[in-house]
Amino acid sequence: MGFEDWVAEPLNWVFLAVALATTVSGFRVVTSPNVVHAALFLVAALAGTAAIFLLLAAEFLAWVLVLVYIGAVIVLFLFGIMITRAPTGRDEAEVDHQRRLPAVLVSAALFALLLWGLLSQWGDTTLDRITAGTPTSVLAEGLLGRFVFPFEVVGFVLLAALVGGITIARRDLSPAEEKERESP
Amino acid sequence: MILNQFLILAALLFCMGIYGLLVRRNAVMVLLSVELMLAAVNINLVALEAFWQTAEALGQILAVFIITIAAAEVGIGLAIILLIFRNRRSANVDELNLMRW
Repeated sequence: MGFEDWVAEPLNWVFLAVALATTVSGFRVVTSPNVVHAALFLVAALAGTAAIFLLLAAEFLAWVLVLVYIGAVIVLFLFGIMITRAPTGRDEAEVDHQRRLPAVLVSAALFALLLWGLLSQWGDTTLDRITAGTPTSVLAEGLLGRFVFPFEVVGFVLLAALVGGITIARRDLSPAEEKERESP
Repeated sequence: MILNQFLILAALLFCMGIYGLLVRRNAVMVLLSVELMLAAVNINLVALEAFWQTAEALGQILAVFIITIAAAEVGIGLAIILLIFRNRRSANVDELNLMRW
């Protein structure tokens, strides 16, 4: 597929816009000196991811991402930021390590490696078998049929994480407070 | 659309997550970077599923599991960060040297 063909397809322009927005907000997630801004840019990045899912005809996953991530996980993050009084000022030294060069080198080298691997493996393989989208019934049959055991296990993991989170995060009362609570 | 445009976008997001993971001091921001990396992995899975079109949508099912595990990870991770903050008055990962010999 030549470049002219690629540009002629309107969905690719949608992809470009979404990918640009996702990349920019992802970049701001890791560079913003303000934690609240970083969390809100993560919302934008995840919304971009959901739009990519829509382009790839994975509607159910796109809305799962919106509901679970943007709806629940980000709220959890904002609570965590408020409770731990994470830095929200503009003091960059507070937020990042001073030595950024090794991190830049590592991530750039990894990206170069991945780019080389992807380009040599896939080249310009087209993605033309996307049809009307994935019916949710296919996912439901998979999750409650062949994958029902992992599904139950992952539910148990969620329950354990919930109980563990409460147990870890609750404040232990001091003996004096406990006595006070028992005899009001 | 070609397959590589999605995979390269995912690689880019993943590498930005790696950068954030290495460079951030605050533990909450480290977790934010991890979320970025998990989103990149999900894009990879869904793109390859759209390429192969398995009968059971295996890639999307795996992505559902990853989203679930990520939610559990955030809950536990934030609880641990909260506990560390309560005990040490700081949530910076480079000040947590208790287990360093």
